[in-house]
Amino acid sequence: MDLSQINPILLVASLMVAATPILLAAIGELVVERAGVLNLGVEGMMITGAICGFAVAVETGSPWLGFLAAAIGGAALSFLFVILTQFALANQVASGLALTLFGLGLSSLLGQSYVGIKPPPTPDLHIPLLSDIPILGPVVFSHDLILYLGIAIVAGVWALLKFTRAGLIMRAVGENHDAAHALGYKVVRIRVMAILFGGACAGLGGAYISLVRVPQWTEGMTAGVGWIALALVVFASWKPWRVLLGAYLFGGITVLQLNLQAAGVAIPVEYLAMSPYVITIVVLVILSADKSRAPGSLGRIFHATS
Amino acid sequence: MSDILLSLKGLTKAYPGVVANDNVSFDIGTGEVHALLGENGAGKSTLVKMIYGLVKPDSGTMTLRGKAFAPAEPRAARADGIAMVFQHFSLFDALNVAENIALGMENPPPMRDLAARIREVSETYGLPLDPYRTVGDLSAGERQRVEIIRCLLQDPKLLIMDEPTSVLTPQEVEILFKTLRKLSAEGTAILYISHKLEEIRALCDHATVLRLGKNVGECVPAETSARDMAELMVGTALKTPTRAGRDMGDVALEIVSLDAKSPSAFGTSLKSVSLSVRKGEVLGIGGVAGNGQDELLAVLSGEILTAPGSVKLHGRPIGQTGPTARRGIGLLTAPEERLGHAAAPDMSLTENAMLTGSVRENLESRGFLKWRTAQGFAEKIIEAFDVRTPGPNNAARSLSGGNLQKFVIGREVLQRPEVLVVNQPTWGVDASAAAAIRQAILDLVAKGAAVICISQDLDELMEISDRFAALNEGRLSEPRPTTGLTVEEIGLMMGGAHGMEVAHV
Repeated sequence: MDLSQINPILLVASLMVAATPILLAAIGELVVERAGVLNLGVEGMMITGAICGFAVAVETGSPWLGFLAAAIGGAALSFLFVILTQFALANQVASGLALTLFGLGLSSLLGQSYVGIKPPPTPDLHIPLLSDIPILGPVVFSHDLILYLGIAIVAGVWALLKFTRAGLIMRAVGENHDAAHALGYKVVRIRVMAILFGGACAGLGGAYISLVRVPQWTEGMTAGVGWIALALVVFASWKPWRVLLGAYLFGGITVLQLNLQAAGVAIPVEYLAMSPYVITIVVLVILSADKSRAPGSLGRIFHATS
Repeated sequence: MSDILLSLKGLTKAYPGVVANDNVSFDIGTGEVHALLGENGAGKSTLVKMIYGLVKPDSGTMTLRGKAFAPAEPRAARADGIAMVFQHFSLFDALNVAENIALGMENPPPMRDLAARIREVSETYGLPLDPYRTVGDLSAGERQRVEIIRCLLQDPKLLIMDEPTSVLTPQEVEILFKTLRKLSAEGTAILYISHKLEEIRALCDHATVLRLGKNVGECVPAETSARDMAELMVGTALKTPTRAGRDMGDVALEIVSLDAKSPSAFGTSLKSVSLSVRKGEVLGIGGVAGNGQDELLAVLSGEILTAPGSVKLHGRPIGQTGPTARRGIGLLTAPEERLGHAAAPDMSLTENAMLTGSVRENLESRGFLKWRTAQGFAEKIIEAFDVRTPGPNNAARSLSGGNLQKFVIGREVLQRPEVLVVNQPTWGVDASAAAAIRQAILDLVAKGAAVICISQDLDELMEISDRFAALNEGRLSEPRPTTGLTVEEIGLMMGGAHGMEVAHV
């Protein structure tokens, strides 16, 4: 056992990278759920985003076009969910599960000719001054643009929900769709926009795995990250900054336990492998002991009568 | 009244299978308090939804201050000075008062200014309210204030109120009426929907009566008796429930200083409740909703088990006896919540009849269901209580609220209970059906059953009960004979105005 192999600077830097896919998917799902919709298809939208982003990045040579394509791909798949749940009024749980299965299948089909290829590298930013700060610079300020975009989305969603009228209307729709409708707000339109936003975020998260974290394409490479993101939203009590905390905690412990495994710590590998799940859930359950609760209309089908 | 504010001409709206409004016309004057009367399903709600822009009329026109008025959505109606307080409050529990109010406004000022204006307006109209409290924690009366203030902040020309007093104590109603009279004096017209005829007589200048979607008459409420208005609504002479002379027998059911914790986090626990009801007697229990009514019913039905001796049927301790066994020995209950508590929404009427009737009506043998007998029992209920439904195989959910209520009450009454406990027996039921249900309860009593009737409708309790008690925060007041009880005394028994102050204006 040799703990000195673990470099704390590398650890923090890589935990930010490890956390970003979960963070992106979870913040998108948070918006969807705050609008009162439960979309269980996060995993399917992520993997679709992963292959769309990978394919376009490979074909064009530009990772940025790849990320754009990933967001569009995720949103396009979520549009299927929109049609099913918002217009055909299908059950959200069943539709979400179907979306996941469909996304996994679709991505395998699309990705057949991309196995074993390396995507164009996503450049890290070099921010003048900030990146030159010793220790802190390389750890916090020398990542790629998408990682910072994820944090910016969290901040943006928080500000939207807390300070703006649009955010208030969205919370109202999620809280009581009948009352919102009676006041004349367009429940379906607001939900459609939220679902598409959630799809785009999940797509970006998926592409972050295939273009930055792993940089290659393999079938089913999201490996359950979408489900973690879903759980994270609940345990974070539908609060944006807690989603960030949960994602970084999960990412951090994942990276740490991999390092510990490599260092040969005398704890069985199975326990190390389960530790990110256990610790993240325990911390967030303790945090969610306050009186926050799920949006009142979450998962309920809205049918306008009148 | 002087000039006409809103004029409706020939409004018609049809839904598949039913004409909700058929050629309805009337005028509302500036500053007039105009009542809209009618039974359930008479088309009152559809009509106000058209004025508020939630529903588009199939034909007919509206004129507001001489200009054509056809709001495409509530936003447009609000912009033209129409505001509405909904029957089922359109509030968001998880948001605070100021946020709820901002949602109902077109161009709300920043939160801090809005909070200040809420304080100002709420004090002017004698409706004190803290803008930063979460709406989920407010009482029904306070929630209604939120709705009213939301409307007042937009300086409305016409305020629509859909059944505003159903959840208020008499004192709270008085405060509301003061506010409405002040508004009317300032020139705001009010369209007031209610079936409480005495309130309309006290408040309204003019009344329009709807029956089956048609305008069947207008009257000046102050000069028309409540009975005449009711008959105009129903279209036939109204039968008043009659009670035969009663012989009170022995004590049938007794509760002795009972404390019971509410199973729900938002419920009210019962605190040292004692009551007794004799054979041939109706005990009426009033009180504002949420003061322990559901818990009292659960204690009596056996859903909440208590110390054996604290609930006694014919002197026998039954505190630890479950609901089915209580049915077996003649204690039947009909809870308030029709869909989900009194009836299983997606099951047929036959199945619902079986759910509570199997013990006393002998609808099962050795665990097997007797479908034919059960269907016969369901048909008997439908027949005896005039439940409007194609047949006993229809799902409970498909019935209108009033019809399902008749079924639920009929199901218990026809099982020949020795003690019957009903919660809100005529809630949402129209005048003639309500009279039929009350008559059925009185007939049952005449045959020697004991009845406990929990209700929010004070007129109903005064009409059928021999003694009256009120629940207030889980405590039951001392029961008093109903003859000679005044509204003020009842209000005080119900806990007064819940610390509300009457407007200082």
